[in-house]
Amino acid sequence: MKKFLAILLTLTFVFALTSCGGSDPAAKSEGVMTYAEYDAAALDSEVVIEAYVQGKQSWWEDKATVYAQDPDGGYFIYEMACSAEDYEKLTVGTKIKVTGYKGAWEGEVEVMDPTFEIGEGTWIAEPTDVTALLANEAELIKHQNKLVSFKGMTVEAVEYKNGEPGDDIYVTLSLDGVSYSFCVEVYLTGPDTEVYTAVGALTPGAVVDVEGFLYWYQGANPHITSVTVVG
Amino acid sequence: MKKFISVLVICILLIPMFTACHGARSLDPFVMPESFDTDRQYEITFWAKNDTNMTQVEIYNRTIEEFQKLYPNITVNLRLYTDYGRIYNDVITNISTQTTPNVCITYPDHIATYMTGANVMVPLNDLMAHSEYGLGGSALLFDGPAEDEIVPKFLEECSFGGAYYALPYMRSTEACYVNKTYVEKLGFTLPEKLTWEFIWEVSDAAAAKDADGTYLVNGQKVMIPFIYKSTDNMMIQMLRQKSAGYSTAEGEILLFNDTTEELLWEIAEHVEKGAFSTFKLSGYPANFLNAGQCIFGIDSTAGATWMGSDAPLIDISEENLVEFETVVMEIPQFDPENPVMISQGPSVCIFNKEDPQEVLASWLFTQYLLTNDVQIAYAQTEGYVPVTLKAQQSEVYQDYLSRAGEDNELYYQIKMDATNLLLSHIDDTFVTPVFNGSASLRDAAGALIENVNKSVRRGQTVDEAYMEKLQEDILSLYRLDQSGAVNGGKQELGALPTASVVLLACIGGVWCLILLYLLKEYIKKSGK
Repeated sequence: MKKFLAILLTLTFVFALTSCGGSDPAAKSEGVMTYAEYDAAALDSEVVIEAYVQGKQSWWEDKATVYAQDPDGGYFIYEMACSAEDYEKLTVGTKIKVTGYKGAWEGEVEVMDPTFEIGEGTWIAEPTDVTALLANEAELIKHQNKLVSFKGMTVEAVEYKNGEPGDDIYVTLSLDGVSYSFCVEVYLTGPDTEVYTAVGALTPGAVVDVEGFLYWYQGANPHITSVTVVG
Repeated sequence: MKKFISVLVICILLIPMFTACHGARSLDPFVMPESFDTDRQYEITFWAKNDTNMTQVEIYNRTIEEFQKLYPNITVNLRLYTDYGRIYNDVITNISTQTTPNVCITYPDHIATYMTGANVMVPLNDLMAHSEYGLGGSALLFDGPAEDEIVPKFLEECSFGGAYYALPYMRSTEACYVNKTYVEKLGFTLPEKLTWEFIWEVSDAAAAKDADGTYLVNGQKVMIPFIYKSTDNMMIQMLRQKSAGYSTAEGEILLFNDTTEELLWEIAEHVEKGAFSTFKLSGYPANFLNAGQCIFGIDSTAGATWMGSDAPLIDISEENLVEFETVVMEIPQFDPENPVMISQGPSVCIFNKEDPQEVLASWLFTQYLLTNDVQIAYAQTEGYVPVTLKAQQSEVYQDYLSRAGEDNELYYQIKMDATNLLLSHIDDTFVTPVFNGSASLRDAAGALIENVNKSVRRGQTVDEAYMEKLQEDILSLYRLDQSGAVNGGKQELGALPTASVVLLACIGGVWCLILLYLLKEYIKKSGK
């Protein structure tokens, strides 16, 4: 009887582990590409991916732009056909299956003309620390569109796109004497957000840790989603 | 009798239930006040657009500062945009709540949509003609242009349905920025005027690669020989050059015609060869041009400061910048002897408000934007042309033009060439008819090219059936069967839908029955 109970308990535990945590976030449904397959796919080819929403950038006229990620890589899903109601459902962590075409705009690899369906399960990515890769663009680009972090960066300049709050903020941060371009993208984190205010208040010389999505525009141009002054 | 009066009062009180739910009360038409009341304080908002160019922002701020010195009782609050589309969307959102800006940079197509609301826009004819506060008026505290000192062609572009609803602010056209070095490297000689035939021939040749996929002309892995920034302009100008249909002045859609299809076939052929792409699909022409990855980049003359190896504004890293000779040319033509090109650029409109004095304050500021100092300073920031003859012919502006190439900032040669291109072709420019729906038609014209570009690149079948479906999809997506001409702000809406007729008849019937019942009760009681 004891043996039976032990087996039953073990089975219950295993079942509970697999059901409450959701399925393996790296697992793909049939007909869906792995991140490696997506990465290898030619530009302009059709792609089908499954990933978890990590950031919502914008919604306008039934088109949504979001960052999504699976444990292997990040995706920028540009102007996905999406109703206002469905956009509300796309909370951070939501699993989506996206069909579209792989494209590159000014170096930013994205899924263009996408459609999507919401899947079962949730997963939220932890930021990947890529500070050490900043000077190595060939390695850094492998993390394109992922939620990433940069530690111990020195603020060099903070400039509003229009000279005043309201639009994007261009941020220059340096590490080991080399300058890098960052941005607070107003569509992703608008003027009412904490990060917009916090970045606007940064002064040259401050040392910060930042998190954001590794966007690309003629080179790395991370879009900051949070900032912490550390020195 | 008391009961009758009570019922009548209730009925009167109920009337608003049937009327008030139809939205906020619209504004009364603007009536010109006798004079400007300088004892009162006015706060007006100005929504402006810049080309991601801080000098333009500084000019707006300086303009406001100078204007406020002249009119200390008017405060101008500036809100800046870098995109016409966002201004348009925000204005549309604010019309329903009557929180539109006072003065707004705009495109004529957008005004047509704004005008579908009653008295949302201020017709400017009375203001312009006013002897004291009108153009060149005697009571102005600044030296503004008289009506005949505004370039007539540019002013005419702001007239819709017989009235002016905007003043031109800046004008530009499109130019082709050419990497002459690569054209010659490919064995071609640039003609005096570009033709479509030439541009396609060179672009096809530039798409040649070696066995490793490296382009022969630049030795790089990337080369898009011909990139067009605005595909709506591309289609509109191609059609105009071929004297083919686009739309009538009354708003009839003529876009879907045989010439359009022929053009799309031609574009598809060159996309297939790797010779052509667009801003929307690939990126800014300037960035590819400056990196030696593009030979013909067509963009606004107002984008000239980004073009060329020595451009004052550069968006690519120094290590990717390539040295080459840049030439500014007219856009390619089908008939180079009779060139035609689009006229574009910002105009300024005024939104109506309850207080006519506030509107008059807005009008004073609008006119101030046309003074020489503002016109010349702003035009110098890009390949823009001032919209007044007064500014164009001024000594200061003529001196500016004469100094082309003196440096790579204010006198940047490419920018000056772009400016001169428009100055020498003002009579060859055109605009498309403005009507409610013309903004959608413009988008549709561009979408035809964008879709063909995408489909060819994606290996989809582009055949007769594809073209037919494309036309149907675009027609439906852009609701082109719902447009109508602008006619002084009022539109012929046609017959009421059947459901509305039935509803109105029912309401009328119920009211008749109520009145009959009340009358019957009254007669009955009176007879007692």
